[in-house]
Amino acid sequence: MRSVVSTNWFDRNLKWVFTLPAIIFILVMLVYPILYTTRISFYEWSMSALTPPKWVGLDNYISLLSENRFWTSVKSTFTFTFGSLVIETVLGVAIALLLFRNFRGKNLVKTLFLLPMVATPIAMGLVWLLIYEPTIGAANTMLKMIGLDPQLWIASPTQVIPSLILIDVWQWTPMISLIVMAGLSTLPSEPYEAADVDGASGWQKLVHITLPLLRQTIIVAMMLRLIDVLKTFDIIYATTQGGPNNVSETLNIYGYKLGFQYFKLGMASSLLVLFFLLVMGATLLMVWIRNRLEASL
Amino acid sequence: MKKKKRISATVLGLLTFIVILAFSFPFIWMLLASFKTQSQIMSADKLFIFKPTSINYTSVFQEYDFLKYIFNSFVIAAGSTLGSLLLGLPAAYAIARFNLHRLGLLILVARIIPGISFLIPWFIIFSKLNLVDTFPSLILSHMLVGLPFIIWVMISFFGGLPLEIEEAGRIDGCSRFAVFTRIVLPISGPGIITSSLLSFIFSWNNFMFSIILAGDKTKTLPIAVFNFLSYSEINWGALMAAACIITLPVLIVALLAQRYIVSGLAAGAVKG
Repeated sequence: MRSVVSTNWFDRNLKWVFTLPAIIFILVMLVYPILYTTRISFYEWSMSALTPPKWVGLDNYISLLSENRFWTSVKSTFTFTFGSLVIETVLGVAIALLLFRNFRGKNLVKTLFLLPMVATPIAMGLVWLLIYEPTIGAANTMLKMIGLDPQLWIASPTQVIPSLILIDVWQWTPMISLIVMAGLSTLPSEPYEAADVDGASGWQKLVHITLPLLRQTIIVAMMLRLIDVLKTFDIIYATTQGGPNNVSETLNIYGYKLGFQYFKLGMASSLLVLFFLLVMGATLLMVWIRNRLEASL
Repeated sequence: MKKKKRISATVLGLLTFIVILAFSFPFIWMLLASFKTQSQIMSADKLFIFKPTSINYTSVFQEYDFLKYIFNSFVIAAGSTLGSLLLGLPAAYAIARFNLHRLGLLILVARIIPGISFLIPWFIIFSKLNLVDTFPSLILSHMLVGLPFIIWVMISFFGGLPLEIEEAGRIDGCSRFAVFTRIVLPISGPGIITSSLLSFIFSWNNFMFSIILAGDKTKTLPIAVFNFLSYSEINWGALMAAACIITLPVLIVALLAQRYIVSGLAAGAVKG
């Protein structure tokens, strides 16, 4: 490519001609709104045309940070995220190892396993709403079949977060498995041959060879999941909308309600700025962990 | 030794079966309930054996304007995917060929930021421009999911193409632009299919942007399905029929294009 010198302007500036439309789109639709949100977070405004935004400085942040409801939503976000992430990783790796071997119908099984990820989340949330229904839902019907007492599931303040975690695990464990299976297919065969010569058991090979070699892949999978679990909206909104008693109200749901149900735009924006920083911080933390691991190899 | 192997194969097969059953259970439940009457859903003794009815499906199309919602969802998903391809393919090509790492990083940030952070400004701006409840505002907002995804997948796809073909084209007198449109794009089918399919699915499934920006005229399927909750008594059968209608196209695409979908979902990951 370097051997030929371009003569026309279009070709010489192709770098910019090709990227400028996308850059402008991102500036207008992403960077500008983020700045706008940050600005509004210092104002009090209810989207009314009659009363213009009023500058209140850090008041929104102060009242948010002194609110119980805010801290409950921080706690819910962390519990939900941590629970989902840990279970999905353990289960996802286990299922990847289970499905990676060769067997008849492997492709069909892999495809079926893919479906929870692509199915419309809001619709699946509503299906889970029916499953968790205390009187007619499948969850309690199954408990009764094996002789256990029916439960309240998402209607109970103590069970709601675990119930939501179960939905997320159902939906997104396949993602972890998929990435781990892609990682498994790139593993070298030499360590296994050496281990076979030494007479290692299957379990020893798993713990001493496979898992250490997969470490990077698993961390990347966890990082991608972490970013998305923190932002979970659809399944919570479809099933509990933050209830009962705001116990399952994550930052995403609370921010949405502040903005579009209570029309406290300033408060909502200050929450969204904090939420944005949290997601960025969590991502950077995972990148840092990954780099530490890479350095230690 | 051989016997032991056969037993472990049976155990693994059984485990695989349990995993698949557990993960498909909500789909089976949704499908069964969509063919039940309200009273059949209410009685726990008719779990699997019941007389199927199609009343839910007819009521979804007759009482609610589902054809219109399907049309709206389709227009928005197709529009945002086409728009994202139009902006994303050249950008991804330039990022891959000219090593614009910083721009690549900006694209990644777009994937990380919570979508809800844009919603308030979008709503205010689109209200001022009278664009709420119109296709342009919905397509633009959905593009913010599709564009970064398409760029991200296509950077690694273009990066993997051999340079020799492009150099040959240049020596034959093609302009760089012609190299892109006449040589690069025609051999990029797999990458374009993968990224467009997923961009389409993301838009089809999108709920958060649509619930704010869509109104009566542009209501999409996810919003229509969700609105079933606002009736005093939930009509579970119709709700499940609606859920089937909205997920069915996505599931069929996933079954037919499994390979593309898997590589698309893994592409975002492997490059991290």
